[in-house]
Amino acid sequence: MEGHALPPEEHFITVEPYYEPTGDEIAVFEAAYRNRLPVLLKGPTGCGKTRFMEHMAWRLKRPLITVSCHDDLTASDLVGRYLITADQTVWVDGPLARAVRAGGICYLDEVVEARKDTTVVIHPLADDRRMLPMEKLGLELEASPEFMLAISYNPGYQSVLKELKQSTRQRFVALEFDYPAAPLEQKIVVKETGLDEARAAQLVKLAAMTRNLKGSGLDEGASTRLLVHAGKLMMDGIPPAAACRGAIARALTDEPEMLAAVDELIATIF
Amino acid sequence: MNSSPPSSDVQLSAAELEEQLDELLEAAFTPGRRTNAIAKKLAAHPAEVQRFVLHWCAVTAQTHSQVAYLFARHVLEALETMDRPDVQKWLLHAMDLYDRQGLYPAIAVLKAPKDFAGAGVDHAQGVYLEEITGVLELFLRGLSGRAMKLEPADPPHTDTSTLFLPSRLGRFPAKDDNFRLYKALAVHQWAQTHFGTFFPDLAAELRAYPDPDKARKLYHLLETLRLDAVLARHYPGLAREILSLRGEALPAEFQDAAAELEAPGAGPKQSLEWMENLLAQPLPPPWPYMGELLPERAEAERQQRLRRDKAALQAALAHMQPGAKPASFSLRRENSANEVAADFVLLADGRPVVLDDEVKGLLHSIDLDLGDIPPDYLTPAGGGGYAPAGNPKEKEMAPPEGGYAYNEWDHQRRHYRKNWCTLRELPSGLGDAGYAAEVLGRYGGQVGQIRRVFEALRGEEKLLRAQKNGDDVDLDAAIAARTDLRCGREMTDRVFTRQERLERNIAVLFMVDMSGSTRGWINDAERESLLLMCEGLEKLGDRYAIYGFSGMTRIRCEIFPIKTFAEPYGPEVQRRIAGIEPKDYTRMGAAIRHLTAKLKEVDARTRLLVTLSDGKPDDFNDPYRGVYGIEDTRMALIEAKRAGIHPFCITIDQEARDYLPHMYGAVNYTIVSEVRQLPIKVANIYRKLTT
Ligand SMILES: Nc1ncnc2c1ncn2[C@@H]1O[C@H](COP(=O)(O)OP(=O)(O)O)[C@@H](O)[C@H]1O
Ligand SMILES: [Mg+2]
Repeated sequence: MEGHALPPEEHFITVEPYYEPTGDEIAVFEAAYRNRLPVLLKGPTGCGKTRFMEHMAWRLKRPLITVSCHDDLTASDLVGRYLITADQTVWVDGPLARAVRAGGICYLDEVVEARKDTTVVIHPLADDRRMLPMEKLGLELEASPEFMLAISYNPGYQSVLKELKQSTRQRFVALEFDYPAAPLEQKIVVKETGLDEARAAQLVKLAAMTRNLKGSGLDEGASTRLLVHAGKLMMDGIPPAAACRGAIARALTDEPEMLAAVDELIATIF
Repeated sequence: MNSSPPSSDVQLSAAELEEQLDELLEAAFTPGRRTNAIAKKLAAHPAEVQRFVLHWCAVTAQTHSQVAYLFARHVLEALETMDRPDVQKWLLHAMDLYDRQGLYPAIAVLKAPKDFAGAGVDHAQGVYLEEITGVLELFLRGLSGRAMKLEPADPPHTDTSTLFLPSRLGRFPAKDDNFRLYKALAVHQWAQTHFGTFFPDLAAELRAYPDPDKARKLYHLLETLRLDAVLARHYPGLAREILSLRGEALPAEFQDAAAELEAPGAGPKQSLEWMENLLAQPLPPPWPYMGELLPERAEAERQQRLRRDKAALQAALAHMQPGAKPASFSLRRENSANEVAADFVLLADGRPVVLDDEVKGLLHSIDLDLGDIPPDYLTPAGGGGYAPAGNPKEKEMAPPEGGYAYNEWDHQRRHYRKNWCTLRELPSGLGDAGYAAEVLGRYGGQVGQIRRVFEALRGEEKLLRAQKNGDDVDLDAAIAARTDLRCGREMTDRVFTRQERLERNIAVLFMVDMSGSTRGWINDAERESLLLMCEGLEKLGDRYAIYGFSGMTRIRCEIFPIKTFAEPYGPEVQRRIAGIEPKDYTRMGAAIRHLTAKLKEVDARTRLLVTLSDGKPDDFNDPYRGVYGIEDTRMALIEAKRAGIHPFCITIDQEARDYLPHMYGAVNYTIVSEVRQLPIKVANIYRKLTT
């Protein structure tokens, strides 16, 4: 990534981000883009959603503006606000408005985390109006034809407060993401870390074991991201078991009994 | 001396002890319970010991007064050979047996404390199964992808459903090594079930030899060679540990057998062949992690499991038929090169259908048992099969007097039986007034922590912007307002910020299993969970209600209000919680429907129905205990979900039952295998659910 400041809507990805497709997601995304339909990426954390967005932005040659949503994020944070300079007030576009104007791809990561009032701006953009209401400016911004809205959502959360409302989800073309099948995941680990095939296969096997524990004390098994982390540590000379304990077991849980069990699983492999 | 009650450091006299024991053990009302002699002996012991004995009598008497009495009678003998932590383990072991197997096995353990003490060689460093069951179960679930049930028994063996392990291992001086031995014993048994040791005719084949016992032992040894090699290929770290536990090397005559059986692709039939070849040789001593191979037990269990799996698979297939007409199912096996697990593609009328985890699990289990999935397993349930007594039409009920009528889902006919169940709300009993204080005292620090965590959850402070009035000027809004004014637009008066507690607006209803199967520790854990929850919820401010449920037959479903939404938490509610007791059976569907209706009346943005049960739908002499009950429960949960309620099921399951994912799969659920962790778990689950 370059160090110099460039407004995000002018930042085009020029080097192909490595993405290994697991199904027809690239074709579906492209078709959605051509038809100006917004897209919802569903799936657990660390399974390649962000990487997929980077890859698609590169493919479609559009700037990618990513917003990681959190529980204090309001509609104004997305749309924009007035700032005071020396003796006047100036309007500053929020990331969503920038993307709408510039015809970029706006990716709202973990959208259920954001405050509920954000749906007010997301809904009109996500149906065929393709409008961004800018209440404070008293106008509605029409999205440029290249603009695309994408949101992500992790259905694995058990919190009943973090479900995506029907009225929202029914506006989107949904793409389902999950951890890649073993051979593919192994390939990803090899490419991302430079680890040899055998070692990568061991990591993938460990991931499967932790995924078996989902629902029995773990909210999620180890994600592809965690495997990549462990692989990087191993490439840096950390012994495999120690790398996995640090990058995988302790990233998954604090519970002593579960930690002991995952450590035992790690020990079976190496 | 003043007349204050004896402080706990004071040694009690025989008379005082007798009085206390009588009260704890309800001796006056129970013929045959004499505390006189016990009290006399105990009087000679220091205050510390007396306190220890009285404490554990009190704890045990809460649920099993007979066990408590036996404990009191034998505890001094136990203390001669064991230290107090071990005596405690001995008692817990007996209570556990009582819960699982009933009174007689528990009596046997309590009457023979010396046997328990002598179970290990190195007393100090022994490991108890109880201590490590949690870790071991998680480990095995991770390794195998399925739940494994662990039970104490000697010798170690498996019936292919349950892994039986000694209740204590003290073979090695170091604790870690004893744990490793436990792990090796468990993995070895799992490997037997997973890699084909118990092929269908094994028991019969072995019986045919003139010395079946030797044949069995030799086959076991040869299979161990094969299985260890399979493990080494897939789990090298694990295999290293196991091999380090092997004792004597095998005699030279076994070298060829080892070479062949350890090669990839070797199967149990080769072990059988080599067994015949080597039968004339003397039998080498077994290795410590082998336990016993008991094919007869495996065979009996296998038959049962196949019947269950077949019915469950057929029921699941009935759900999966794409159209209204019965479909014809077939299977394609993929990935057969995979030694660990085959993958199946299921075709309905020639087209692949998506398999859920339940069906995958069933196919896998049947495949392990039979080496294949016979076509008759793939006929969906429907015509034929189980037919409930009588014609449901005839028995259709008019809404009963003084009760509520609920439909029940008949999965085979795929329709509701109208007003099939009659449900009544009955007053709940009052328990001991001191119970709540005792429990909260026992959980001491954890109660404080739950209160703190829940307090922190309580609608966090939020800064509301653009308010009509408030504590501070909202700069953004003020600037926007001024701009509007300058431009000649109307100026808003919403220019303040205000600090406000965001209302959570959540209502939760806890539905608690009061069926007979919860007797013992599950009931204790439920009551303790509820008390801890109440402490937390009071801090949090969410509206909540608690109802118990039980019943017998469809016309006697019963609901016991413990706390309604309107009622405040207080001593009365605490006594009702204390009074929750195991009653009859579990017709879960009707209870869920009734409480769903209750919850629907509450005006809240988020409504939660949390069920706390041991997950065994059953009823008196009724098909409700089988697939029928599972399907009705599942349907009732789906109905609740459709009604805008979020059901969440917490199941205490020590038996690793396979149908739970299917029964609860449509909604969120969690399985807690360690009863003792339940109270803390429930609070944690609720916290996660609502943030
Ligand atoms: N299909 C894939 N192709 C390439 N890399 C992947 C893929 N899936 C996961 N990864 C790896 O996993 C990491 C985490 O993925 P990320 O996109 O951040 O997950 P998410 O956004 O779903 O939480 C990536 O940085 C990448 O290394
Ligand atoms: Mg991400």
